[in-house]
Amino acid sequence: MIVIGLDIGSVAAKGVLLNGDKQYKVVVPTGWSPREAGEKILEGLLEKAKCKYEQVEGIIVTGYGRVSFEKASRTVTEISCHARGVAYLYPDVRTIIDVGGQDSKVISIDEKGKVLDFSMNDKCAAGTGRFLQVTANALGIDVSEMDKNEIPSEKAAINSMCTVFAESEIIGLLAQNTSKGGIIAGLHQSVARRVTGMARRQGIKEKIAFTGGVALNKGVQRALEEELKTPVIVPEECQFTGALGAALLLSGYDLL
Amino acid sequence: MTKSLIESFMDIRGETVSRMLEVKKKGTKVVGVYCTFCPNELIMAAGAIPVGLCGTKEDPIPAAEEVLPRNLCALIKSSYGFGATDTCPFFNFSDLIIGETTCDGKKKMFEIMQDLKPVHVMQLPHLHNEGASFELWVDELRKLKARLEKDLDVEIKDEDIWKAIDLVNQEKRALKEVSDLNKMDPPPLSGLDLLTVIWSSGFTYDRKEIVDRLNKIKDALLEEQKEKAQDASIPYKPRVLLTGCPVGIGSEKVISLVEELGANVVAMENCTGYKTLELQTDTSYEDPLMALAHKYINIPCSCMSPNPYRMELLDQMIDDFKADAVIDLTWQACHTYNIESYDVEKLVKKKGLPMLHLETDYSSSDLEGLKVRIESMLEMIEDDSNRAGHRFRCC
Repeated sequence: MIVIGLDIGSVAAKGVLLNGDKQYKVVVPTGWSPREAGEKILEGLLEKAKCKYEQVEGIIVTGYGRVSFEKASRTVTEISCHARGVAYLYPDVRTIIDVGGQDSKVISIDEKGKVLDFSMNDKCAAGTGRFLQVTANALGIDVSEMDKNEIPSEKAAINSMCTVFAESEIIGLLAQNTSKGGIIAGLHQSVARRVTGMARRQGIKEKIAFTGGVALNKGVQRALEEELKTPVIVPEECQFTGALGAALLLSGYDLL
Repeated sequence: MTKSLIESFMDIRGETVSRMLEVKKKGTKVVGVYCTFCPNELIMAAGAIPVGLCGTKEDPIPAAEEVLPRNLCALIKSSYGFGATDTCPFFNFSDLIIGETTCDGKKKMFEIMQDLKPVHVMQLPHLHNEGASFELWVDELRKLKARLEKDLDVEIKDEDIWKAIDLVNQEKRALKEVSDLNKMDPPPLSGLDLLTVIWSSGFTYDRKEIVDRLNKIKDALLEEQKEKAQDASIPYKPRVLLTGCPVGIGSEKVISLVEELGANVVAMENCTGYKTLELQTDTSYEDPLMALAHKYINIPCSCMSPNPYRMELLDQMIDDFKADAVIDLTWQACHTYNIESYDVEKLVKKKGLPMLHLETDYSSSDLEGLKVRIESMLEMIEDDSNRAGHRFRCC
């Protein structure tokens, strides 16, 4: 059985194709059209897996762009998909901290990947990938280069939660000759603090998985572990847990 | 048939406007009210018409923000904005407006509203079971009575208060009986229909008539339910109980989203819903003002501290209405409901149900974000039901 899970996020669109025990993955920038991004992924996945659209049993779509993809056999929210994806990869995980491009979420799950509770922040860019993107811009570096450039020992205190104010705070810090690496370490800590607060309110149970595009940033992972005072599991392909979960929902894994 | 009966409730506001235009010419007085704490009975006994004022729409908020801070709850801004822009006909008709100190935002807003209209503010105690607080509240009722007598140039007689008490008791009973129909499954009324009926009733001109209309709708729905209950093709829909801040037409976005996503809002434990419907004025008191004071002080608004009756009511309603999940709605900057959400969450989780706390305003800016949360909560219910063996699709 060939099934596809698509996770069309605000920044990146991710796809997973499952064919028996074989997995194929594709990621593209979402750009301005979530529908086109979905089509592009579908094409890419079929090419990689060397199969035809007609062979596909079904497509589950998640992410904020889920409603704009007409070929979806079903749409499911990111919350349920991340839960399934992580539970499949790491059955011991009970708390998922997912930090994406425009929101962050904390999901409590049981051993079967059933969602027990969740919180979500999408009101404000603080504690999301957008915060890092905007502040990286102010530092004149690419967001993907942030963790390589951080200097934790010179960590500057970033007090502004607000992305816009943080940008001016950075400009002020640069004027005071604070090192770029120190500022970056401060920014990572800011994101980590924000999501840790949300997770504590909900209640943290170990083990903890850290997913979403921001989990690619090793600096945020380090800061998050510092705040939580415990290690977190970052799935090797942390961007794909939502898409994987979506595909698994179709393959019958949801009825454990 | 029931659909047209429900839709006819949407006409109540318009009907009241034209009737008021007529009677105002003949000298009948109108008193505008904002809140369930206002003892409408005293206004009725004064021979005036109490009418709910607008405050559930986004439209006048930008105008209100020229005077009030942005970081204030949408309900207060909307209420003031309707008055300031003269877009609420009932505000325009009002000879006097009654406000209550249910929160800091409202009491300070009412001070500013005095520039637009005469406003009488009732000082509300925060304790509902203490001697001194109760005495203060009785005194506030007496002050309101005196103000009405002075401003409307009438004498309010006890026998007229008792008559009004009887009528309001009937109205609350009728509203409760209609709301209680939704204890059945499938619920006879969608959440939006329930809101339409209850919210529109608040704009009525004639309370006797509204009791008749409510009873008629109840009978029609019961009749219709006989067929519905037999119809196995009607799919089960998750039953959501809404609690928290008041909701009206114009601020119904959460109810709309829940129902668009395939669930039903079966009951609303808020002051525009069920919160006051169990409270009947006890007619065995000698003094009607004492009777009224006892009823109104028991309203389980989050402005009361502590506020145990709300939790008892919620607990009971979750069972009675067989809720699958609870949504607690807080309008941004409503501190008391926002904080009380902590207790609501404890209660709901203890009962083993999913609960969602949503903090939002009247605008449509966060519809997508709200949708993801609500949909995820419904998926939690669906998931439970899948695992229990009975499948239903909610989306």
